[in-house]
Amino acid sequence: MSAQATFAAALLHPEAPCPPGWRAHNGSDPGARFDVYRNNVVASLVEALADAFPVARELVGDPFFRAMARGFVMQHPPASPVLAEYGHGFAAFVDGFEPAASVPFLGDVARLERARVCAFHARDARPLPQEEIAAQLSNPAALVDARPGLHPSVQVVRSRYAIVSVWAAHQGDAALEHVDPWSPEAALVLRADDDVVVRRVPCATAAFVHRLVEGASLGQSMDAARSAAGDADDAFDLVASLAILVQHRAFIAWSASP
Amino acid sequence: MIGIGLKTQHVAPLLAQPRVLDFVEVHAENYMVCGGPVLAQLERVRERFPLSIHGVGLSIGGEGALDRAHLERLAALLSRFQPHWFSEHLAWSRHGPACFNDLLPLPYDMQTLRRVCEHVDQVQARLGRRMLIENPATYLQCEASTLDEGAFLGEVVRRTGCGLLLDVSNAYVSAVNHGRDARCDIEALPLQAVGEIHLAGFHEDRDAAGEPLLVDAHGSPVDDAVWALYGAVVRRVGPAPTLIERDHDVPSLQSLCAEARRAERLMREAAARAREAAA
Repeated sequence: MSAQATFAAALLHPEAPCPPGWRAHNGSDPGARFDVYRNNVVASLVEALADAFPVARELVGDPFFRAMARGFVMQHPPASPVLAEYGHGFAAFVDGFEPAASVPFLGDVARLERARVCAFHARDARPLPQEEIAAQLSNPAALVDARPGLHPSVQVVRSRYAIVSVWAAHQGDAALEHVDPWSPEAALVLRADDDVVVRRVPCATAAFVHRLVEGASLGQSMDAARSAAGDADDAFDLVASLAILVQHRAFIAWSASP
Repeated sequence: MIGIGLKTQHVAPLLAQPRVLDFVEVHAENYMVCGGPVLAQLERVRERFPLSIHGVGLSIGGEGALDRAHLERLAALLSRFQPHWFSEHLAWSRHGPACFNDLLPLPYDMQTLRRVCEHVDQVQARLGRRMLIENPATYLQCEASTLDEGAFLGEVVRRTGCGLLLDVSNAYVSAVNHGRDARCDIEALPLQAVGEIHLAGFHEDRDAAGEPLLVDAHGSPVDDAVWALYGAVVRRVGPAPTLIERDHDVPSLQSLCAEARRAERLMREAAARAREAAA
């Protein structure tokens, strides 16, 4: 192994001694000095995760969260020096983190928080003027084949758990003890006027938006929404779904032809 | 010229008040995002202030090739924001696919010197500008080193034409950590190439022998010992754009500006002394 490979490996192993070839001027054990580097690496990355996942952190408490985040850092150091990109795999790690099994919705809450960070930093795009959307919607015959373009920040997060209610309770919107975490919920996440919006939407609407984000036509997205509604209580409401997207100025383009 | 490392919570008050700083500095990697309010905010800042962009992720001292995608993103950022200064560190921070978010130490030998110079050449060629390289705070010494830090950086400056970002706090931290005299360490650096000066607080710890081990923590005000060194530096090299860095336990904008003004006073005193000496 090269010198930096040895150094790098030791940074990510809490028990590894100071790599060979490095010393303290006073002949003391260099391990205490190497620990400064290891602590800087691990503590700064744990801190970045603590900042990026505040609700997940509150749900399990700071010490538990940090121990879990440390495990993630050791196994999955960042692949980029841009810390806004760090945390993509965190929700999946949380899903498989045995000690957190008693909070089964923790991973999906982390997914929602990650989606918020992505929305915050997503590419800028000018919303389509309301009149233009109104003009497109006034021609029902063309709607099935229309392909609306959504703002780059738009995402949906669907869960078997009440992640939006849990998240909102941590924003002071409601008391957590009144939330039943066991009912499925879906979130629409997007950025409008510099603020990230997290909005609970019916599962069918989430399926609809998900397909639109993928570039599907309105007709294809409606099909996906209807089959999602098939196994949920609420029928798909196209008008209400479009109204939500219009309200948050999520449309940035509209291609009428198939 | 005085400035501070800009934290997002200080942007609104900074833009709302009369201009009390000459420039601000931001970390390049914090702005390598696709869009959103962070970039919009930096646009507003640069309309009012000359900007310094300080990279922390290029891994100039890395054993492997520079990350080209990262260099391209950096070039795009600099082209958009047109900073007055761009600086990076004499350190490495990535290995293979892993990035460590820290500035890791290098052996000061000929092989490393050649590699660092190649990387600095590559960066300067791609960016089409001169960069400043910062002396690091270090906690360990490499047995393979054949040059001291000053001579090493002197050669990097001579071979590549880059400038020196003199971090006086790092020089002090490293000198204490390696049992050396900070004034001698600074004197050995290529002071003729100083383009900017950094000042920050450190945290005092102990090594395995119970001797002081200073950690470059950026979480406290600049220490008096560092201010004394800074005074000596500006008497020696003259005024240079000076920046207060604070990344943890960030205080009010007012208190950071007060620290920056202390640097301004010391520069003025140094200039006055120089005039007296010349008269």
